[in-house]
Amino acid sequence: MVTAAAAYAVAAGTPDPELPLLTVADLGILRAVEVTADAVCIVITPTYSGCPAMHEISADIRRRLARAGVARVTVETRLSPAWTSDWITPDGRRKLREAGIAPPSPTSFALLTPGKRRGGPVPLTLGPPAPVPCPRCGSSRTRRTAGFGATACKSLHRCDACDEPFEAVKPL
Amino acid sequence: MTSSTCDAGALARYCLALGDDALIYSHRLQQQVTRMPELEEETAIANIALDLLGQARMLLARAGAILGQTEDQLAFFRAEKDFRNVRLAEHADGDFAELTGRLLIFSAWRLALFTELSAAPDPVLAAIAAKGVPELTYHRDYAAQWVVRLGDGTDFSHDRMQRALATLWPLTGELFRPDPGALVSVDPGAVDAVIDMVLAAAGLDRPDAVPPAAGTGRNGVHTEAMGDILAELQSVARAYPDATW
Repeated sequence: MVTAAAAYAVAAGTPDPELPLLTVADLGILRAVEVTADAVCIVITPTYSGCPAMHEISADIRRRLARAGVARVTVETRLSPAWTSDWITPDGRRKLREAGIAPPSPTSFALLTPGKRRGGPVPLTLGPPAPVPCPRCGSSRTRRTAGFGATACKSLHRCDACDEPFEAVKPL
Repeated sequence: MTSSTCDAGALARYCLALGDDALIYSHRLQQQVTRMPELEEETAIANIALDLLGQARMLLARAGAILGQTEDQLAFFRAEKDFRNVRLAEHADGDFAELTGRLLIFSAWRLALFTELSAAPDPVLAAIAAKGVPELTYHRDYAAQWVVRLGDGTDFSHDRMQRALATLWPLTGELFRPDPGALVSVDPGAVDAVIDMVLAAAGLDRPDAVPPAAGTGRNGVHTEAMGDILAELQSVARAYPDATW
C-alpha cells in the first residue's frame, strides 16, 4: 500500500481547472490524506460554496492516483473549518503574481470558525475597497473596476500607473 | 438553541427552508443573466447566483442526509406547497432597481442569519454558514453600492429606486416574523440598521411598514410566481427522471 506522504505528493500536483497555474496544494484546498489498509482518502475543501471546479478536481485526483497505482481512492469534501484565501501558500502567491494576477490581501473573515460566534455584525463597505497593488508594476495607484470576475474567486482592477487591467484573487 | 433541543427533524426542516431560499433566489438571478445593463453586472449576478446555488446544494444535501433523499430529489421532485422559501426569494424583479434593492434586503438578512448560524450546534450547518458569510458580505456590498448609486444618481434613477423599494417592502415583513421552525433568530434592528445606513447614503426614504400577508412561504404558501419558477426549474428533471449529469 502507498504511504500517506506518497499519496499526498501525487494529489498535491493536481492543478486547479480555473487557475491551472496553481495546484490544489498551492491553493490550500488539499486538506488531508488518510491511508487505511485498503484505501486512500483525500480530503479537499471548497473555496466557494458554488465552486464548480470541485467535481473536476475530485475526478482529476482520482485519475492521478490511479495512474500511480492506487486503485481505491475516495475524495471527501470537508467544509469545516471554512477555507480562507489566507491558506494560499507563499509559492502560490508568487505564481499568481508572475501570471499577472494579484494575490489576495489578508482576509478579515479568517477569524470566523464554525462553532464560534464572531464579535458583532460584519461591517458594510459602501466606499471603494482598499487598492490592490498592481501585480505588474507594483503600484498602489489601482482601482477596482468590478467586484466579480470571470470566476467566483476573482475581481477586476485597473492600474493607473502602468494602465494595465488585471485580475485579483479576492480575500475570502 | 441548545443541542439537546435541536432534534434531527427540526434541523432538516430548517436546512430545507434556508436551502429553498437560496435555490429559488438563485434561479431568479439566473433568469436575469443576459438582461443586465453592463457586462460587469452580468458576471456579478451570475457569480452571486452561483454562490447561492452552492449554498442551496449543501443545505439540501444536509437536509436530505436526515430525510433519506438526495439534493436533486428535494430540488426537482417536491411540490410547490412543500417548498419553504420566503416569498422575497421568488419575486420577479421588474427592473435593475428592484434587483439591487431586493438583493440588499435579502443578503443583509441572510448574512445576519448565517453569522448567527456559524455557531449552530450542528457542525455541518455551522460550516455551511461560516462558508457563506464572506460570500454574502460581497453580495450585500455589491447591492448596497448600486442602491446608493441609483438612489443618489439622477432624479430618474432616484425615483426608480424609491419605487422599487415600495414594491419590495410588503415582502420584507415575512423575514422578521417569529418563525417557530427557526434554529436561530436575527435581530431585526441589526438588519434594519444596515439597510437604513444604505438608504441614508442613497438619499432614499424608508417605505412605511406594511401589515404582513396572511400566509408565509415558510408555511408553504407562496405567491403566484412560484408555479412558473418550479415549472421551469423542474420540468426537465421530471420529464427525464432517470437522466444523469
